[in-house]
Amino acid sequence: MKKVVSGADEAIQDIPSGAILMLGGFGLCGIPENCIAALVKKGINNLTCISNNAGVDDFGIGLMLQKKQVKKMISSYVGENAEFERQMLSGELEVELVPQGTLATRCMATAYGMPAVYLLAGYGTEVADGKEVRNFNGKNYLLENAFNSDFAIVKAWKGDTQGNLIFKDTARNFNPLMAMAGKITIAEVEELVEPGILDPNFIHVPGIYVHRIFQGLHYEKRIEQRTVRKVSK
Amino acid sequence: MYYNLYQKKLQQFMLNKEQIAKRIAQELQDGFYVNLGIGIPTLVANYIPDGLDVVLQSENGLLGMGPFPYEGEEDPDLINAGKQTITTIPGSAFFDSAMSFGMIRAGKVHLTVLGAMEVADNGDIANWKIPGKMVKGMGGAMDLVAAAQNIIVAMQHTNPKGESKLLSKCTLPLTGVGCVKKVVTDLGVFNITENGFECIEYAPGVTIDEIIAKTAGRITIAPTVKEIAI
Repeated sequence: MKKVVSGADEAIQDIPSGAILMLGGFGLCGIPENCIAALVKKGINNLTCISNNAGVDDFGIGLMLQKKQVKKMISSYVGENAEFERQMLSGELEVELVPQGTLATRCMATAYGMPAVYLLAGYGTEVADGKEVRNFNGKNYLLENAFNSDFAIVKAWKGDTQGNLIFKDTARNFNPLMAMAGKITIAEVEELVEPGILDPNFIHVPGIYVHRIFQGLHYEKRIEQRTVRKVSK
Repeated sequence: MYYNLYQKKLQQFMLNKEQIAKRIAQELQDGFYVNLGIGIPTLVANYIPDGLDVVLQSENGLLGMGPFPYEGEEDPDLINAGKQTITTIPGSAFFDSAMSFGMIRAGKVHLTVLGAMEVADNGDIANWKIPGKMVKGMGGAMDLVAAAQNIIVAMQHTNPKGESKLLSKCTLPLTGVGCVKKVVTDLGVFNITENGFECIEYAPGVTIDEIIAKTAGRITIAPTVKEIAI
């Protein structure tokens, strides 16, 4: 069971143009920086990306948008990105907007082997268009399908060679769900250790879900909104 | 958060944003788990009454959101749903996005405060999309309004053109249907009832006639209507 790969280039080497990818992260927090850079370098295109956001112009998925590698984005919020806006308005880029909790829960459904779930969000709005509605206990729910993705690419804080993963702070976000939902899951971690180092009580994603793992390099971890308070005098 | 307030002792007409936040903070109860949206709702955190144990939920995966970090202590792995750097407090907990919306959907979050472009007198809300303009997405707003037990909207009573934002029917694409329970504007406090908006409080210097004139939806005045105390 060899899961450890040499780096991002090897981890993504068999991802073809036209693939459906899940990419972890919330804004620029907890995004798989190394794999995104490798995807940009590889230059594959026609990708469908399932990710809560689409990065900013010069970082995150924004880098893939600049090289016109993305055919379709499935996200809950896509502001903060001028090139995204240009491609969307010109019709080059297809965009499916999904409520954030629905996005997370559709990932969860995939992760737990469930074909679909009934969710409240979006009933009575345009999100409900074309979806089956069912009433449970007096409330109307939409039938939302699990995602079908080819590869999930996630970023964790620590991992071991068995593929066990631990996330840090709010960099967890969509990463565990997507890690568990990928047909093939690629995890880049800040620190890769031997089995037995990580306490089994504190594993967020067990290694069974992870197919490839490597220790990433040179994390930039860009901050979108740097907010601070003054030291009180 | 944690702004210094310089309260001017000028005669007040209508509430400013800080005062709207302050009024909403009066709705908090001990033991509440609360999700605050971006804008005026964020300011509510500054006015949590002393002695109340209120826990803030950030839907990107944190319960127990603390204030902004001191300069130099920002951590890119620790942000709120507005992507701002924040801190934890003793007793905080992290979780993934599915659990975050799971706790919202299951009714564990007692109160959601969010802004709106329009609210209808049946509790419909529109706050995510203006057709013809760039659409940025609904984020977590649709999930929050569909599921939270209690939803309070914080907004200006009229738009920049002076048109009412309290309508009989929303004109913009909906975020959720029949979900808003209360609206706090610069002019007053309104419950959503079977008879539409019910004015229960008015801002200092604002008349009931003005409120009625600036409310396009159905409106009644509560017999116990009184001036907002902040």
